[in-house]
Amino acid sequence: MAAGVATWLPFARAAAVGWLPLAKKSMPKPPIDKSSKSDEILYVNVSGVRFQTWKNTLDRYPDTLLGSSEKEFFFNEETQEFFFDRDPEMFRHILNFYRTGKLHYPRHECIQAFDEELAFYGIVPEIIGDCCMEEYRDRKKENQERLAEDTEATEGGDRLWRAFENPHTSTMALVFYYVTGFFIAVSVIANIVETVPCRPIKGSVKDLPCGEKYQEAFFCMDTACVLIFTFEYLMRLFAAPSRCKFMRSVMSVIDVVAIMPYYIGLVMPENEDVSGAFVTLRVFRVFRIFKFSRHSQGLRILGYTLKSCASELGFLLFSLTMAIIIFATVMFYAEKGTKGSDFTSIPASFWYTIVTMTTLGYGDMVPNTIAGKIFGSICSLSGVLVIALPRADKMRAQQKVRMARIRMAKKGTTNAFLQYKEDRGLGVRDHVGDNTALCVKNRSAFEHQHHHLLHCLEKTTNHEFTDEMTYSEMCMTESAFRTSRSTSLSSHQGVNNNSTGCCPRRARRRAAMRLANSTISVSRGSIQELDTLHMKTTTILPQTRSSLNAQPPELKLNCGEPDFTAAIISIPTPPANSPDESLPPSPAPIPGILRNTRATACTNDTFKISSL
Amino acid sequence: CRYNKADDDLEMTMVCHRPEGLDQLEALTNFNKRELQVLYRGFKNECPSGVVNEDTFKQIYSKFFPHGDASQYAHYLFNAFDTGNSGSIKFEDFVTALSILLKGTVTEKLQWTFNLYDINRDGYINKEEMTDIVRAIYDMMGKYTYPVLKTDTPKQHVDAFFQKMDKNRDGVVTLDEFLLSCQEDENIMRSLQLFENVM
Repeated sequence: MAAGVATWLPFARAAAVGWLPLAKKSMPKPPIDKSSKSDEILYVNVSGVRFQTWKNTLDRYPDTLLGSSEKEFFFNEETQEFFFDRDPEMFRHILNFYRTGKLHYPRHECIQAFDEELAFYGIVPEIIGDCCMEEYRDRKKENQERLAEDTEATEGGDRLWRAFENPHTSTMALVFYYVTGFFIAVSVIANIVETVPCRPIKGSVKDLPCGEKYQEAFFCMDTACVLIFTFEYLMRLFAAPSRCKFMRSVMSVIDVVAIMPYYIGLVMPENEDVSGAFVTLRVFRVFRIFKFSRHSQGLRILGYTLKSCASELGFLLFSLTMAIIIFATVMFYAEKGTKGSDFTSIPASFWYTIVTMTTLGYGDMVPNTIAGKIFGSICSLSGVLVIALPRADKMRAQQKVRMARIRMAKKGTTNAFLQYKEDRGLGVRDHVGDNTALCVKNRSAFEHQHHHLLHCLEKTTNHEFTDEMTYSEMCMTESAFRTSRSTSLSSHQGVNNNSTGCCPRRARRRAAMRLANSTISVSRGSIQELDTLHMKTTTILPQTRSSLNAQPPELKLNCGEPDFTAAIISIPTPPANSPDESLPPSPAPIPGILRNTRATACTNDTFKISSL
Repeated sequence: CRYNKADDDLEMTMVCHRPEGLDQLEALTNFNKRELQVLYRGFKNECPSGVVNEDTFKQIYSKFFPHGDASQYAHYLFNAFDTGNSGSIKFEDFVTALSILLKGTVTEKLQWTFNLYDINRDGYINKEEMTDIVRAIYDMMGKYTYPVLKTDTPKQHVDAFFQKMDKNRDGVVTLDEFLLSCQEDENIMRSLQLFENVM
């Protein structure tokens, strides 16, 4: 529950006076506030730096260290202050959070130290204010990437493997490192140079590429490089701690792709048709340049950056593709009539659209009609705009995530209240014993008062708060009750019992095993409009469907028997405790009891029962 | 200084309303100096400008009722607090109302409640006003209740209320009828003492 509103609680409770004349039932007793009423100044000593603050300030956030009773552990009796052996600089920010309600991230601090402080004081980083959230997130991502790299670098216990990964370990490794680097460079340069036109050999006129003129020389160089690379790859494979993992890694794939064309070329016959394909394979030799990434940290970081921005890049690509398709279609139809138009088909228009949207504008394809020119200009304008899109979307996406987290926190408070209610109910009986009593005590005075307020509201309206599951279950019960045609007396009884609370939430949430004995007869062709029935193991939901082939249901509403008989068609999420038995969906109508499962679960397990 | 919503583009004058002195407030209300200090510190921390406008008020009140929608009831509360109809609650309004609700006499509390229900401040509570209030209260419960909320539940509640309060069956409840009926009801009298020790 967000703080700051803790100061408004007296006001909210006072406003409850407005409900009193309307109340249907009498109000519950307010919680007894044992603590002294007057606000006092607390002294907090953090490694020698003394901070002073009102007790109320710290009480604003009861689920943090300073707001809860956990700070009692740090209380120093002699000096009558709370002593924390932590960084006073960081504490300043923590305390400001209590004072202002906003947590700021100090830019000059190390992100890990900050995270540790937050974890110590029990503050979730999600509540960092909008002003500092982006910075915090960026720094955190950066740090995590760096950590991931470090762990990668230090993994692999084998000495040979480590020599490969970190060339500075031994002279041999360094030599190997430089040799491979040299040969990569040689190989890449050879690839480039062999396509340069050299002076033609005596007798012919045409310019020959150097590769064909000095064919043997280039072949020898290529062989040497491939030998070195093959040797290196095999050594790495041999030294790798986990061969499968190594073979799947990116670098090894690059290695393989770099040397494969050569071997394929060796085994390939001197066939004219096939050598065309072989030439294509030679293109893959250029991937040898990626082998440099083992030698360059920067290249690796570039790779990580691309990986982390994958989602944004993906979205950019997607939106561009959409726009390209749309504009290409439009341009094609706009230019369809003109004679001698370049826009021969929609795929042909793709080229124009891409060139225009990325503001390249080669001019090899231009629209001639007026409509074409208009749409062409819209196309180029929108190209600029589409590039600007992803930024805004990222912020909105982040905002949605924040909202979702806040909603979850809200649900947390909702559940806290429901938990409180049953604890109060149980506390009297003290069935579970000390556990609940302790739970109740651990709650802060603020929470007690807040829950009392909610309780008053319940009494005013004579309705109680429940959670979503119970609510939907009750809706099903009511609609089922209304629509079932032939209901035997026991089923009638059962539904009635459910709605008046025979096995109410109290029983359901009891720690003891309380499972009802019930039978559900299911038959196909029923006129039930129920698609799913949420059924809790403790409540009974007897349903007699259409009278055609229903057996008289055997309903025993005995709370306390451990047997749980139910017709279960499919269990999408079987509970952890009960035996994992899911019936195969049977096509024929299945009246009567299907399975006798002994479910030992005693918590809120839900079975989903789908009608055939 | 006054915050003028109309020309907030041109001038961003911060409202800085300062309340009257501690002594005057102590005289005006039933709080002592210490309680006023605690209240003001909390108030000032949440609203540094010294006034609460309706949106902030609704936001704050909604935080206490995460299940449902408290904005409508907060709207009626706001009007009840804002006795001067200025559109914003100053610290004096806040503390005056709290003084009545927490430390006032039974009659004062009931009068304040009557004022809350009487939305148009004409001295009578009619069925429509009461239905609005009751509906707003039920909205705060949210959707997931047990038993399930039906659409005519507020109406039934209002009918029951009028049955009890409207003595002469003229369709409206006056202040005297209200005071009389409440004083006859044991439950109400007892629960009015509940919030005495909130401060």
